[in-house]
Formats: sequence, structure tokens, C-alpha cells
Amino acid sequence: MTSFAGWQMPLRYGSETAEHQAVRHAAGLFDLSHMGEILVRGPGAGEALDYALTGLLSTLRPGRARYTMICAPDGGVLDDLVVYRQGEEDFLVIANASNTAVVLAELVSRSAGFDAVVLDATDDYALIAIQGPAAAGILAGLTSLDLEAMKYYAGAFGEVAGRPAWVARTGYTGEDGFEVFCRPSDAVWVWEALVAAGAPAGLVPAGLAARDTLRLEAGMPLYGNELGPDMTPFEAGLGRVVKFDKPGDFVGRSALAERASAGPRRELVGLTLQSRRVARHGYPVMADGQEVGAVTSGAPSPTVGRPIAMAYLAAGTDPSDAVLTVGIRGEAVPVELTDLPFYSRSR
Amino acid sequence: MSIPAELRFTPEHEWVSVEGTLASVGITEYAAAQLGDVVYVSLPPPGTAVTAGEPCGEVESVKSVSDLYSPVDGEVAEVNAELEDDPSLVNAEPYAAGWMFRVRVAQDGNGNAALPPDLLSAAQYEELTKSAGAS
Repeated sequence: MTSFAGWQMPLRYGSETAEHQAVRHAAGLFDLSHMGEILVRGPGAGEALDYALTGLLSTLRPGRARYTMICAPDGGVLDDLVVYRQGEEDFLVIANASNTAVVLAELVSRSAGFDAVVLDATDDYALIAIQGPAAAGILAGLTSLDLEAMKYYAGAFGEVAGRPAWVARTGYTGEDGFEVFCRPSDAVWVWEALVAAGAPAGLVPAGLAARDTLRLEAGMPLYGNELGPDMTPFEAGLGRVVKFDKPGDFVGRSALAERASAGPRRELVGLTLQSRRVARHGYPVMADGQEVGAVTSGAPSPTVGRPIAMAYLAAGTDPSDAVLTVGIRGEAVPVELTDLPFYSRSR
Repeated sequence: MSIPAELRFTPEHEWVSVEGTLASVGITEYAAAQLGDVVYVSLPPPGTAVTAGEPCGEVESVKSVSDLYSPVDGEVAEVNAELEDDPSLVNAEPYAAGWMFRVRVAQDGNGNAALPPDLLSAAQYEELTKSAGAS
């Protein structure tokens, strides 16, 4: 167990490598109840979110989800979010646990001029994610929802193991999978039902450590590592979440437009190490011995078989004809530039 | 969590097994569980002089990297080459196949291994892990 944003979280249940492999090849079950759930409701909820976030949410169809960000007026990222439109006037915003208070406060103040209410529902939801190629088959046995018809980044109200839930085909592992939002009082029931139904197919409970290596292989950013208030979405290679063509103003628009036209100050890249040693957060990256950036996330990759990392390199660095190394506690370890993501599932 | 009674321990969660003047060293099951899956072990090459309480290597796991300390004074006689290919032995068998290195320890006046006086017994080490909140 580990302390994480005020929550006691399982870092691992057994071997994090085995948990990682289970998600890639069968299924893993994650307790993500620490994530923040914020409801934005009312006739003006879509417009309020268009103003508050970088994305265009008012045109999102009910039953669909979108990955987006909330930025400060200076363009810095306050959090990355998944937003579900649960109904015509009902949006569910999922924030990182450590940012929930900030996101809530910003959504409240930014929706002041709109016909919308913002409610913190974090304590009303437990979140259980079932991820992996076997996830759909396992979950299908416990719900009457038509999972085959549910598209990626879609969701629906239904029941799981007889308990009411919002079920969405989303996740943070690079695999197919679902996230089940249920009442906290039903969480143990739903968890145990999924464990029992999934065990024959190889499902295991998986902790934060496996979640981190899975999302790293999938090239997904983690707030606090690849994203933060001193970075814009463009630097993280996620400029697509900024919808300049949407109607009306939004918080951060002018600063982000300036940053978009000026070009990024640094670029997020993937690295593969020719070593057993792991390049970890904060370790320096050198091109021909000159420091050009720093590692944001790094871990041994069970899929690649070698340690992998993401790093920010200063703009103007041309790593293609330089010898790239990472400084691992005083040793310059050779690394190869690798296209992100390190892993993408076959569909 | 097993703590073999015949071994001696350090507060850095390492174990020592002494035969004559040869001390075998590894990390405890408690330490292996805390670290998670070990992916790399850096060991001092044979011939290296080591000092009790001083770092002499590294244990790298998925989530962290930790210094490895020598629990005794002496000279490294042998390292566990198996760990190069399979560092997961540290998690699977921390007190057996997951051993890390052996140190030739200096002799005291009676020809016995001169061990630091502050090595812990199994009971003392168990007490230490309990007070650290071991589950």
C-alpha cells in the first residue's frame, strides 16, 4: 500500500510485472476510486465546459466521452480530464485525485456566467476499471448492456452484478477495457463479482505500479510527469485537444494561440535504454554530452523487454545525428529515440 | 513473512549467513516485498574491499532504486552471477537462490569471523519490521 493524494492505494497486489502482463494478455482489475468525479449539469452545461476547458464539449453526443484538458489563463495545464456526456444536460468530469479540488474550484468559477451547476461527486462514486483483451467477455457476463455495440470512448447507464453503474469503454492502459462507476456501498460487491467471473479467464487485481508501466508503454501522459502548470498541451504532443475553431472564448485561448504559433519550447520523446538500469523521473538527457532535457517517466517495459522512458528535449535539439544518453546516477547510458507509443494493441 | 532464525540481519533489511570466515549476503523477504519486482542488481566485483554500513551496490525494482550496503568488513569473494540473467530470483527466493554476494571477513583473535557487534538476531529483526508497520 502507498499513500497517494490522500488515499491509501495498492501499489501492487503481488508481482507488478505479472499484473502488467495479465492486462496485456488477459485482464486486470483496478480500484481507481481516488479519481475525482465532478458533475456539470444544466441547460448551459455544454457551453460552460466549452469556456472552461480546451475542448469542444457542447457538441459531444450523449453517451460519448472525450479526452480534454483544463488550462490556466497562461496556457499551463491544470489537469487532463475525461468528460462523459451522460445526458443532454448532464456531464461527468473525471479529474486526477491530486487535482480534483483545483478542477472543482475552476469549474465552479468558470461556469458562473452559464446556466449550469457544478457538483463534487467524488464521494458518490467508486471507480473500478477492468482492462485487457478479456475484459469485454468477462464484463458481458455480469451486465445486460450491449458491450459489443459500445464504442471506444462511449458509456451507458446499466447494471453490473445487479448494481447500478455508469459503464464506459475507456481506460489508461492501452488495452480495450471498461470503467465501472458505481456507488461506494456497492464497490466491494461489484469488485468481488468481477474477480470471480474473471479469474478463470486470467483476470487479476492490479495496482498503481502496473497502471504506470501500462500507460507508459501506451505513451499516455501522467499529470505531474509529462503534464503540469509549466507546460502547454502542445509540448506534450497533445495540441489536438485545443479546439481553437470552437465558438466563443475559452480560458487560456489567447495564451495558447500565442504558444501554438511560436512553436513548442520542448518536445516529448520516447527513449529505449540499452541497459538494465532504469531512467527515472528527473534524470538528465544528453546529446553528445550536452544536457538537452530530462526524463519525465521511466520504467522497465515488460512488453519491450528493456527499460523505456519519456523525456522532454529542448526545442531545436536534433537528436537524429547525436549520441543520446541518459545520466543514471553518474553513468551516461546510451538510449535510442523511439516513436511513441512504445506499444499499441492490434485491433 | 519468513525470517530464518539461523541468519543475522541489519536495519537496512539485509541478511548475513556466516560459514567460517565467508559471509553470504542478501536482502530480506520483507525488503523484496517492499521493493516489488527486482529488475537489476549491481554488485561489487570480486576483490572489492567493502566496509560495514557503506553502500557497495544497487537494487533496482520497477518502482525504485535502492543502495545495497555491505553488512560486514572484508573483501568480496564471489557474486551471484545468476542475478544478471534473472533478478527476479531476489523476489522468488530472497534467502536462497536470490543471495547477492559473499565477503571474506577478517578473523578475530580466535580465528572466527570478525563480525560487526550490531548485527540483529531474527527476533530483533522481526521486531524492527513490526515497528516499521509490516503487514
